[in-house]
Amino acid sequence: MNKETSKIRDEIIRSSGVNPKKCMRCGKCTATCPAFDEMEYHPHQFVYMVENGDIEPLMQSKSLYKCLTCFACVDRCPRGVEPAKLVESVRLAVIRKQGANHLTSDDIPALLDEDMPQQAIVSALRKYSK
Amino acid sequence: MQRIGVFVCWCGSNIAGTVDVQAVSDALKNEPGVVFSTNYQYMCSQAGQDIIKQAIAEHKLTGIVVCSCSPRMHEATFRKTAAAAGLNPYMVEIANIREQCSWVHKDMATGTEKAIILGKAAVAKVNLNAPLTPGESPVTKRALVIGGGIAGIQTALDIAEAGFPVDIVEKKPTIGGKMAQLDKTFPTLDCAACILTPKMVDVAQNENIRIFSYSEIEEVGGFVGNFKVKIRKKARYVKEDICTGCGICTEKCPQKKVPNEFNMGMDNRRAVYIPFAQAVPKVATIDPNYCTMLKTGKCGICSKVCTAGAIDYTQKDEIIEENYGAIVAATGFNPISMDKFDEYAYNQSKDVITSLEFERLTNAAGPTAGKLLRPSDGKHPHTIVFVQCVGSRCAACAEKGKEYCSKICCMYTAKHAMLTRDKYPDTEVYVFYIDVRTPGKAFDEFYRRAVEEYGVHYIKGMVGKVFPEGDKLMVRASDLLANKQLNIQADLVVLAAAIEPDKSARSIATMLTASMDTNDFFTEAHPKLRPVESPTAGVFLSGTCQGPKDIPETVSQASAAAAKVIGLLAKDKLTGNPCVAQPNELMCNGCSSCERVCPYGAITYIDKEFRMPDRTTAIRRIATVNEAVCQGCGACTVACPSGAMDLKGFASAQIIAEVDAICK
Repeated sequence: MNKETSKIRDEIIRSSGVNPKKCMRCGKCTATCPAFDEMEYHPHQFVYMVENGDIEPLMQSKSLYKCLTCFACVDRCPRGVEPAKLVESVRLAVIRKQGANHLTSDDIPALLDEDMPQQAIVSALRKYSK
Repeated sequence: MQRIGVFVCWCGSNIAGTVDVQAVSDALKNEPGVVFSTNYQYMCSQAGQDIIKQAIAEHKLTGIVVCSCSPRMHEATFRKTAAAAGLNPYMVEIANIREQCSWVHKDMATGTEKAIILGKAAVAKVNLNAPLTPGESPVTKRALVIGGGIAGIQTALDIAEAGFPVDIVEKKPTIGGKMAQLDKTFPTLDCAACILTPKMVDVAQNENIRIFSYSEIEEVGGFVGNFKVKIRKKARYVKEDICTGCGICTEKCPQKKVPNEFNMGMDNRRAVYIPFAQAVPKVATIDPNYCTMLKTGKCGICSKVCTAGAIDYTQKDEIIEENYGAIVAATGFNPISMDKFDEYAYNQSKDVITSLEFERLTNAAGPTAGKLLRPSDGKHPHTIVFVQCVGSRCAACAEKGKEYCSKICCMYTAKHAMLTRDKYPDTEVYVFYIDVRTPGKAFDEFYRRAVEEYGVHYIKGMVGKVFPEGDKLMVRASDLLANKQLNIQADLVVLAAAIEPDKSARSIATMLTASMDTNDFFTEAHPKLRPVESPTAGVFLSGTCQGPKDIPETVSQASAAAAKVIGLLAKDKLTGNPCVAQPNELMCNGCSSCERVCPYGAITYIDKEFRMPDRTTAIRRIATVNEAVCQGCGACTVACPSGAMDLKGFASAQIIAEVDAICK
C-alpha cells in the first residue's frame, strides 16, 4: 500500500469511526442488504477493501450511491463493524476530493427541470462543485 | 535482625528481557537485613531451588525473597524449597517482577527500577515476618454434586466407585440433563438415550449415591473438608418412596394443557408428570402451577387412581442439612433466548426452530415420534436451512448474543444435516457457516462426510433475514465465495443458538464463594494447569458450567473433577492456611464490627476475665477467631475501629513497611 492510499484509508477509518479489523467475514451484512442487486461492491467487500486500502475502485463505483443507508447491515452485524458508515465515509471522500468538480455552473442549464425546485440545484452546486 | 537472601529469577527472557536482573540483585544486596543476593536463569528449576537451599544453609538465612513470577504461580514451590532447607515456609516472600513488571513494561530502565522497588518492598516485609504454623482440620468424607446432567452423573459415579458417598442435587424432577433430550450423538451417532440411560440406572442403583431430585441448594457454609449445606427438597406432592412410577396418574390427570418442557414446549403434558420414560428417579411430580387440586382444591383424580397411595397434596418443601468434604458444580447450560433475533422470525413462525427443538423433532420419543414434520402444519419439509453462529461470536450487543464460540454447534449442525439427508433423501439441506470448526477426534471427517457423501450444501456466508411468505419461509443469505445474495424458499429453518450457563449458576457461585467470568461461566484455579478446580478450595468444576463443551469433553472433565475430589476425600486431615486473623485481646473493645463483616462466620465473641490494676479483675467482651474457618480475607482488619485485628503474615505493620519501602 503506498503512502497516498494508506492516507485515504486512514482518513476513511477516522471519519467513519469504523474498525474494519473487527470484521469476522460472516457476510451477514451482504445477506441482509436490500440494495444488493444494484451494487457492484457489496457491504462485506466494502469492509474488506477499505481494510486493504483498495479504495480507488470504491470511489469510482456507482455502488456508493446505491447504498440506501438503511442501516440493516449496521443493525445485524454481529461484530459491530457498521459497514454503512464506511460507505458514507467513502462517499464523503469522493465529495471532498480536491479539484474534482462533479458539477460546474455550465452543466446546470442541461439539468434544469421544471419539476425540480431551484433550491435543489443551488444546494447541489454548493455540495458538488468543491 | 533477619538474615535475608534475595534470589532474582530471569525466567529465561521473560524477565531478563526487560529487567536488568544483575542490577536488581546488586541493588537489593544493600537493603537492611540482606546478607546474600544472586540471580539465576530459572529459579524454579531443580538447579535454581538448589541455589536457594544451599544459600539458606551457608548463610544461615532466616528469610528469603524470590523476585520472580506471580506468587499464584510459584509461591508454593518456593515455600516447599525453604521448608526442605529447614526454613519456615512463611518466611518466604515473592516479589512479582514478571506479571507486574517485565510483562507490562517495554523499557529496560523503567522495568529495572520498578523491579528493584518491588524487591525492596518484599525485603521490608520479610524483616517483619514471623514463622507461622498451619493448623489442621478433619475431612468429611462425603461429596456433593450440584447438577445431575451427564457431567454430574459421571463425577458422582467415579467418586462413588472410589468408595466415597456422593449426593447429587438436581433441580428438575429427573437426572439426565440436556443429554437426555438429544437424539443421536456425534461423531459416532450412537443414540443419546442408549448410552445415557444405563448410566442413570447405575446412579440410581449405586449404594454410595443419593439423588435429591427436584431439589435446590439453599445455603452453603463452612470450608474445604467441612462444608455445611442446606438442600431444599421441593414438594412434588408425590411420596417418592411409595410411588412406583406406573404412570397411571399421568394418563388420567384431566389438566392436559401444560407445555412439555422436555419436548421444548412443542407438545403438552399433564399437570402430574414423569418427564420421560427412562426418568431417574421414576417418580411422578405434580406441577403446582397447573394442578387444579392444588389451585382450587377440586379434582383429586390422581389420588383416586393411584393404587400405591403415593399422592400427597399436603406435602411441604423439606430442608435437608448435610456435611460435605467437597462440592462439585455441574450446573450445565441452556440455549440462549431467540427473542432478540427478530431478523430470523423465530417468534413469527413456528417453523423457525432452535437446534435443541430440532433434536426433539427427530427423537423417537419426541412430539412427532421421530418423524421430521413442520411444527406449523405437520407437513414433511423439503427445503431445510440451518443457520450457524446464532448469537455466538456476537460482540456487537451483549444483550443479544455472546462473544464466545459455543463450540458444539458446528458438529451438531453437521449431524442434523447429515441425518436429515440420510433419512429423507428428497430434502435439500443448506448450512450457512462463518467458519466450520471441527477440532476433535474424527470430527472433521464427520463434517466432510456430510458434504461429500450426504450432499449437504455448505455455504460460506450468513443468513441476514428470514420472513414468512405464505406457508414458506423466505431466507435471504449471502454466498461469500460466489459473491452472491441468495433467496431460498425454505420449509424449515433451524437456528444453532448460542449456549449460556444455566441461570442458577450465578446464585450457586455466590453461595460457594466461587468466582465467575463475565459470561457467568465458573473460573478455573488455573486455565491450563488446574482446569477442574475453582479458586475456592474444595469446590470443583464439571462440564459446561466452566465453558462450552461437547459430551466427550464433558465426561473427561467430569472424571477429572472426580479424581480431584477423591484426592481430597482420601485425606484424613487438611493443612489449613496459617495466615488467619488474630485479635489483640487487650485492644479489642467488643464492638462486634469484625463479626458483622466476616463472610465466613469465623468470628465469635466471648467474655473473658482480665487482671486489672490493684489486684482487681474485670470481665470484658472480646473477639475470638476460629482459625479453621477463617480464610484470611482481612475484612475484619479494616473493619476494626481500634486496630485490634491483624492478619498473620499480612499484619498492618508489614503492609505499611512495604508501602514505606516503595515510597522511599
